[in-house]
Amino acid sequence: MTRPRPEPVHVVKSRREAALQWLTGGVPFVQFLGIQFDRRGDELTAILPFDEKLIGNPLLPALHGGATAAFLEVTGIIELAWTTLWADMEAGRANMDRFPPMPKTIDFTVDFLRSGLPRDAYARARVNRSGRRYASVQVEAWQDNRARPFAMATAHFLMPPPPGQTAE
Amino acid sequence: MPDPLQLARDFMQHLPYVRALGMTLTQVAEGRAEVTMPYDPRLVGDPASGVLHGGAISALMDSASGAAVMSHPAATMATATLDLRIDYMRPATPGQRIIARAECYHVTRSIAFIRVTATDEDETRPVATGTGAFTLERPTS
Repeated sequence: MTRPRPEPVHVVKSRREAALQWLTGGVPFVQFLGIQFDRRGDELTAILPFDEKLIGNPLLPALHGGATAAFLEVTGIIELAWTTLWADMEAGRANMDRFPPMPKTIDFTVDFLRSGLPRDAYARARVNRSGRRYASVQVEAWQDNRARPFAMATAHFLMPPPPGQTAE
Repeated sequence: MPDPLQLARDFMQHLPYVRALGMTLTQVAEGRAEVTMPYDPRLVGDPASGVLHGGAISALMDSASGAAVMSHPAATMATATLDLRIDYMRPATPGQRIIARAECYHVTRSIAFIRVTATDEDETRPVATGTGAFTLERPTS
């Protein structure tokens, strides 16, 4: 039994990086917050580099709850769009010349577990359920210690219609 | 006698994230607050439509809720969000400012419960609604 020769690593990497860039690079709010994504295979870690403008309580100081919530929401949306895109992207079927179709947030619940310190934050999302129309996603954010998250969120999203169909 | 709205507004303008998003406290009363955020292309979440990102709207709603808690007669000028749930009813119309109105509808010794609504210029149809629990610091006397 033979299997096709694996693609050269640089081909695989550049395809995946281009897809990730396509998803994240064009969203103004992601750029405004300065959120970056670290990719290992299909696993994404979102990074929110510390910036003075993210402070909500200058006395402590602590990150603004709205900055933390936005970071979690961005991480959830991008993870969901990424996992949805993955199979087509790997098969070379993804049409990436238009704007990426983004899932729409239906609801978003965030638990603030401890105050966000004035330093970088990280987040990972898990898609618990992803159907044709709806998806349920969980997100966890931490700073120094992966085992001590400072905020967690659960969110539901409306999936964008598949290419060729119009939104309801 | 200093104007309470002006005092609270000055306080909020010292919060860097509030300033970065261009939010202004437009009304404040005992346990109620209204915060306005102009449309800003930097806060867009869907470049194809120009609709603001949910995260920018939740930040506005969180700020309005925090201001409502701090303005409550039983509270001090310090609070933190414990949890916040936001339901997005419809995309905000591109180009329009967003107003969040928050009300602190119940307080216990240490918790404030809030309801908050965000609208664009069509104030009859909410863009988002939310509920939350905030910490309440009572004055030490």
